[in-house]
Amino acid sequence: MLRYVLRRIVMLIAICFIISVGSFYLIHLLPGNITTVIEGPGASPENQAKLYKLLGLNKPIYQQYFVWIGNVLRGNLGTSFISQTSVASTIRAALPIDLEIMFLSQILAFATAIPIAMRSARKPDGWLDRTFSAGSFTLLSVPTFIVIVLMVLFISVKLGVPHTGPSSYVSFSQDWIGNLESLALPAVALAIGSFVVYYRVLRSDLIATLQEEFITMARSKGLSQRRIMWRHAFRPSSVALLGAAGVNIGGLLASGFVVQYLLNIPGLGYTLISAINMSDYLLVQGIVLVVSVGVVLINFIFDFIINIVDPRISRE
Amino acid sequence: MSNFPQFNVLEEAILVEKPEKKEPLGVLFWICVGWIGLNIVGAIFANVLPIENPLFQNYSLVNAGPSLHHLFGTDDLGRDIFSRVVYGSRVSLSVGAGAMLIGFGVGAPLGMLAAFRRGRFDAILTNVMYVLLAFPAIIATIAILSFWTPRTLFKIIVVIGIASVPLVYRVIRTATLSVATKDFIVAAKVQGATDRRILLRELMPNIAPIAISFLLIGVATVIALEGALAFLGLSVNPPTPSWGNMINESRTILQMNPWLVIFPSAALCLFLLCLNFIGDRLRHHFDVTEVKL
Repeated sequence: MLRYVLRRIVMLIAICFIISVGSFYLIHLLPGNITTVIEGPGASPENQAKLYKLLGLNKPIYQQYFVWIGNVLRGNLGTSFISQTSVASTIRAALPIDLEIMFLSQILAFATAIPIAMRSARKPDGWLDRTFSAGSFTLLSVPTFIVIVLMVLFISVKLGVPHTGPSSYVSFSQDWIGNLESLALPAVALAIGSFVVYYRVLRSDLIATLQEEFITMARSKGLSQRRIMWRHAFRPSSVALLGAAGVNIGGLLASGFVVQYLLNIPGLGYTLISAINMSDYLLVQGIVLVVSVGVVLINFIFDFIINIVDPRISRE
Repeated sequence: MSNFPQFNVLEEAILVEKPEKKEPLGVLFWICVGWIGLNIVGAIFANVLPIENPLFQNYSLVNAGPSLHHLFGTDDLGRDIFSRVVYGSRVSLSVGAGAMLIGFGVGAPLGMLAAFRRGRFDAILTNVMYVLLAFPAIIATIAILSFWTPRTLFKIIVVIGIASVPLVYRVIRTATLSVATKDFIVAAKVQGATDRRILLRELMPNIAPIAISFLLIGVATVIALEGALAFLGLSVNPPTPSWGNMINESRTILQMNPWLVIFPSAALCLFLLCLNFIGDRLRHHFDVTEVKL
């Protein structure tokens, strides 16, 4: 176990290093003179000097990386030359919104996927199983950006349900009920995408688990169906579910971006897209770095949880 | 690459329960094949077909509903939605085909070689690919496309294609591994067959079914990704129509013109559904179940 965790940590550091190099190099993909592209042609000499210092532009490229990463590790991601606020504080303000949307959607997805998958697996090819299998297969082909646009079209535009349309976002500290109302549509849209994946993974794994001998054993002991499902079948199958959830995080985050973009929710995704459109490159770079490292960290935590649930994995 | 939205399906695709006998393909399968074929023909011959110019703006007929003249209606600039949907398929199809060409062109040979040779080559390559797989590909794609301006179809294809390499590598490698230890491969080796012959004549035909069904699902995944990028305004620049950017253009005028979102959405979803369905049927048909990732 310890060896496994150590190996994973080494891997984690390697990946974070690669991400940092990638994010650093992004700036050099820009065409032309970097200071002019980032700050615009009319940038004052002081601002140009500041950017030079932040990025270490007068040095050879590998030294630039160390200058930049040094600043990043001290929490200095630069200052946006458009909004004049520090990139780090912009990210700190936007990040909780992303986390909240993801959290809500995951609760919804697990709360629906687990019981329905269990029902399905109990009677494979029954009406419930057929309906949900066909339905989830169809939904796999509907990208989240279409789900959310159609939801907005039918629910907020056609039915006119209040607090769900674009620009109706209310912050949590301002009014928590209003906040939950405004995030209901995004959370449901993301939950649908996750539900489909979790349902399919858990269902097929449960069907396989229910054919194992220890289940027959439990049945012959006369244990209740519910107890067999939760205590005997769910635990081994939950490994597959957790694995799917870990892999799902990146896609979930991107779906969150799409939803925020449509509904003008000022999370990281919305901030990122508007930064791209305004050529606020330092902000884009900062968000990319934070988000990528975040996804990798969450994946790492999921791996760790899976190991606790099923210790055999680390022994392989 | 591990973070493409539909990735789990691919994973699950190889772990499902085993059917008893070879399943027939079914009528629905051929309907789907026909639909995909129709889309491809439409995309290739869009400029010879008797449809309106997708860029022609008719200001006297703005946001019109479906009619005989304009089957799907017109958008906020008076352009014909039907012809824009037909032309829009060009972007999706080229991204799907192009990116998977790169992904399979690089990933598949490497995966086969690694699984066949094993040893240090395999160990190093597989570790590198695993590190790349951990990288959130969607974020990387957005990041690269936002800095690497101006965005062209070619750049989009290259970025998505490269992002798909590690995943293709992993699937092909595991598929090859399961075949490479079989007796007939050993027999071929004993007979003194060259590596080249074993790879091309013995291994390739045996992993082809997995590769093809994976390829179709991969194309669907890539097209969905391009759609999302286009929706965010990070794909080909307007006025070139694509399914994703049509949906993006419609989002501010949902109230006035719901057709502008419904038709491109339907086109995209139907196309993806058919691809996924064909991939799924083929997998069942060829009974691709023994491979474990």
